[in-house]
Amino acid sequence: MPDLGKYADTVLSAYGVSIALLLVLVWLSLRASRKAKEALAKVDRKNG
Amino acid sequence: MASIWEYANPLKFMRLTDRVLPWVSVLAAASLVIGLIWGFFFTPDDYRQGSTVKIIYLHVPSALMAINAWFMMLVASLIWLIRRHHVSALAAKAAAPVGVVMTVIALLTGAIWGQPMWGTWWAWDPRLTSFLILFLFYLGYIALWEAIEDADTAADLTAVLCLVGSVFAVLSRYAVNFWNQGLHQGASLSLDKEENVADVFYLPLLVCIAGFVLLFLSLVLLRTRTEIRLRRTKALIAREGMADA
Amino acid sequence: MIALLIRDLKLSVRAGGGFGLGLAFFLIVTVLVPFGVGPESGLLGKIAPGVLWLGALLSCLLSLDRIFALDWEDGSLDLLATSPLPLEGVAAAKAMAHWLTTGLPLTLAAPFLGILLNLPQSGFGWLTLSLAIGTPALSVIGTFAAALIVGVKRGGLLLSILVLPLYVPTLIFGAEVARRGSAGMEVLPPVLLLAGISLGAVAILPFVSALVLRINLR
Repeated sequence: MPDLGKYADTVLSAYGVSIALLLVLVWLSLRASRKAKEALAKVDRKNG
Repeated sequence: MASIWEYANPLKFMRLTDRVLPWVSVLAAASLVIGLIWGFFFTPDDYRQGSTVKIIYLHVPSALMAINAWFMMLVASLIWLIRRHHVSALAAKAAAPVGVVMTVIALLTGAIWGQPMWGTWWAWDPRLTSFLILFLFYLGYIALWEAIEDADTAADLTAVLCLVGSVFAVLSRYAVNFWNQGLHQGASLSLDKEENVADVFYLPLLVCIAGFVLLFLSLVLLRTRTEIRLRRTKALIAREGMADA
Repeated sequence: MIALLIRDLKLSVRAGGGFGLGLAFFLIVTVLVPFGVGPESGLLGKIAPGVLWLGALLSCLLSLDRIFALDWEDGSLDLLATSPLPLEGVAAAKAMAHWLTTGLPLTLAAPFLGILLNLPQSGFGWLTLSLAIGTPALSVIGTFAAALIVGVKRGGLLLSILVLPLYVPTLIFGAEVARRGSAGMEVLPPVLLLAGISLGAVAILPFVSALVLRINLR
């Protein structure tokens, strides 16, 4: 862990917030992708 | 001869991205991890800003992508309006939420950095204000997509909104500059490195920017694939409904 | 086109139209501001130009969703689309009617409300002028946004989200003219910029609104 000095809170919260937001975005995108894939597969099975 | 318009065909797009997407995502993850770790652990503190200089590795790439995502949506909207490629419209739709998150990250990291540096979370500085306006444009764009049921109508309307919005976004930028000269240093964060950032900060920053670009690319590809699948499912269900009737 | 304009004017003056609503809202905003920020006359005089511009803008926003909604619901918009009058003309007439029933009365009412807010003497002329130049832009931009969401039920919130960022440049330059005017500063640059935005919007946006209406009527 690098020594962040008196700004430790600032830097850590900036990294924390940003990484959390990115992870949520990636997670939501993956979840939507999975759901779409399943829905399509279901319809395909019924038709095919 | 294969032109790039071939990939506007949804099937070809799916086939291509199926092969490309894993590589892009792995590259994105790798450069983000490398860039952020490099920036966070192995760069010195700035003599004026102390350790807060490390926030630059998040702030600058996300701000860049916030603007470039809108720009990409503008180009995609134009392609949709002119050549009517559905993939293009869906890619614009897919990019908007990513753009919003980038804008929010840029605003939040800016506010967190501004608190100790400028002594305030928020100032009506032109760049901050412009980003807030950009955020509103993203919200309006997404809300319009959500509100309109017919897919092609929604694509047309949002594309027009994107064009008109771009003009007004540029106008706002000038208006805001006119209204308040800001706190941001002129070229401190631009890419000509001579003037401003020293190599120690510049190289990891470049890696982070590359990481954000690749992340944006992979998320847009993934989300576009999702949209294509959803569209296809809808079409199949509609056809089924007709067959039953 | 003139017949359409007159019809719209009549509709909005009739009870429940946008005419009284906008003015009443403008009055309410201006009267309530001193209760919110305190009665100190120096402070009120300083913020008066901005408050009046903001009040006018919000009053404009209030009646936007009426521009096309009624015509869309009872099908007369389809009739208008097939009439010999091109949709561009329809969009322009609608925006004009909106301006005549909100922008113009707001502009005329603003100086009187300025008295309530202790607007400095030098500010009255510039405030009225800036509203006279700026409100047409607000009406045209609003017509465009209303055309975008004409098919959406209960689109009020969506409309305000769409219009909000589009109104920013007009608001900034308009309020800047009024503010500089009342502070006795140089006003020509913002006046010209405001006029530029207004003229550009009036010239181009009716065509875009017509395009959008065509997409919606498809």
